[in-house]
Amino acid sequence: MADNTTDTAAGTAPAGERVPTVIADDLHIVYRVTAGRQRGNATAALRRVMRREPSGRVREVHAVRGVSFTAHRGEAIGLIGSNGSGKSTLLRAIAGLLPPESGKVYTDGQPSLLGVNAALMNDLTGERNVILGGLAMGMSREQIKERYQGIVDFSGINEKGDFISLPMRTYSSGMAARLRFSIAAAKDHDVLMIDEALATGDKRFQKRSEARIRELRKEAGTVFLVSHRNRSIRDTCDRVLWLEKGELVMDGPTDEVLKAYEAETAS
Amino acid sequence: MSETTHERATSAAPPPPGENLSAAELAARHGLAVSGARPSLPAYVRQLWGRRHFILSFSQAKLTAQYSQAKMGQVWQVLTPLLNAAVYLLIFGYLLGGRGGMDMPEYIPFLVIGVFLFTFTQQSVMAGVKSIPGNIGLVRALHFPRASLPISFVLQQLQQLLFSTVVILVVLIGFGHYPSWTWLLVVPALLLQLVFNSGLALVFARWGAAVPDLAQLMPFVLRTAMYGSGVLFPIGHILDGRDVPSWVADVALANPISVYMELFRHATITDGPHHGDLAGYFWLLAVGYALLALVAGFVYFWKAEERYGRG
Repeated sequence: MADNTTDTAAGTAPAGERVPTVIADDLHIVYRVTAGRQRGNATAALRRVMRREPSGRVREVHAVRGVSFTAHRGEAIGLIGSNGSGKSTLLRAIAGLLPPESGKVYTDGQPSLLGVNAALMNDLTGERNVILGGLAMGMSREQIKERYQGIVDFSGINEKGDFISLPMRTYSSGMAARLRFSIAAAKDHDVLMIDEALATGDKRFQKRSEARIRELRKEAGTVFLVSHRNRSIRDTCDRVLWLEKGELVMDGPTDEVLKAYEAETAS
Repeated sequence: MSETTHERATSAAPPPPGENLSAAELAARHGLAVSGARPSLPAYVRQLWGRRHFILSFSQAKLTAQYSQAKMGQVWQVLTPLLNAAVYLLIFGYLLGGRGGMDMPEYIPFLVIGVFLFTFTQQSVMAGVKSIPGNIGLVRALHFPRASLPISFVLQQLQQLLFSTVVILVVLIGFGHYPSWTWLLVVPALLLQLVFNSGLALVFARWGAAVPDLAQLMPFVLRTAMYGSGVLFPIGHILDGRDVPSWVADVALANPISVYMELFRHATITDGPHHGDLAGYFWLLAVGYALLALVAGFVYFWKAEERYGRG
């Protein structure tokens, strides 16, 4: 895949022209929430159904409002903004996991979100979760077999005894988080998106995972990183998108955007 | 995928580089595809086939996780269906006397087969309804053909049914029905039911994704279906002595749930007033229902592929 795309890039684009990997075109994302505020009791709800009133329980959350940008090969892009500004939603839309209300996202290959939490089951052993998580991410059985030992060693789960053969619900929260990260980081990605919550575990593990993220960045064409820690954005990203209330406030070089963001949040 | 990217990029005549290209033009120029777009039907089938290992191990994982908190663990795989059959036997066999002229050695296998096979379809439908809302986290985090979920849950139910089948075989032998060549017909009958249930689960998965309330409604619909398909007593027996034309019984017998059950019963219970020869068209019906459900269900589910996970 990587070879092929480099090929096309070399074949069509004149030297010096940057190759886009992700293009967002006036993207709007709307969540429809059914379990919103419930007014009244059962009879009131029934009356609403009988009168065919639009159910008051469906509420719309306009999470991303008209965001456009173009990301290029080799860029590492940070996403900043206050809680609920639409950063994670934007990542999911780029990954094609949330259908846009209007607008479009074009991507080169299949962007993937770094995270497999949802595929793992607490009642299963760590061992089976490694396999299940790998398969859920689209790895083949052979790939998983090949990388299995690497994943277990990286997580450090077995440093304190044979924990990998115990159900995940017996793990401490730190251990479980480490295993999750190790599984998620085992796959190669074209366009990689990292959500902040990943920086977990003890100091030693954090160092190891930061190194792994840098490695993944080198392998991936483009990296998106959501973080609330400006330091980690400054360390890893060369371009920053600042989102606020679902709108793109600023898009530019890291220093420039972070300076404006810090000025805004300081006041 | 990489091939198509390649073709698209090279076949388009390279326009002069410029900053004023529209997003769509720029995307086309570099061979970028719309993210999250619904693949074509053949491509979708290929993707699903590529995920077969995931589908299988997800269903096995769900099955294992189901009883992992119980002290007796996987023993419940067999105990649960056995207890279910015991409850129905107590109520319909002894208390209500719904035996329909069958002796115990004929009625008990009849009942056990009915209950287990109905449970297979019932659980497939319920799992289908919940497959998207119940796994919304997975749908929103990872990319895979969404049909993997309902299919995986039906396979989970099939594995559960295989445990139940062991119970059925023990019950059959225990009541003096000994294995014969016709027992082999159980295999194609179960496979056809599996295909039918998969199709059904796919349809209900799309409905359940749109209206999660179905999960509350379906148990009632399914219970009605149970009493109407001759699970607990022969359909003919209920209609006997009532003023209904005989085709009513024929139509009731031809409903898919009843068809798969009758095939299994007639393959294994070979003697008894209610288990003579089964009309040959039952196999035709079984194949027809299975194919219809699978094709219609699959296409219907695929049509909304890009919309699962919203809201």
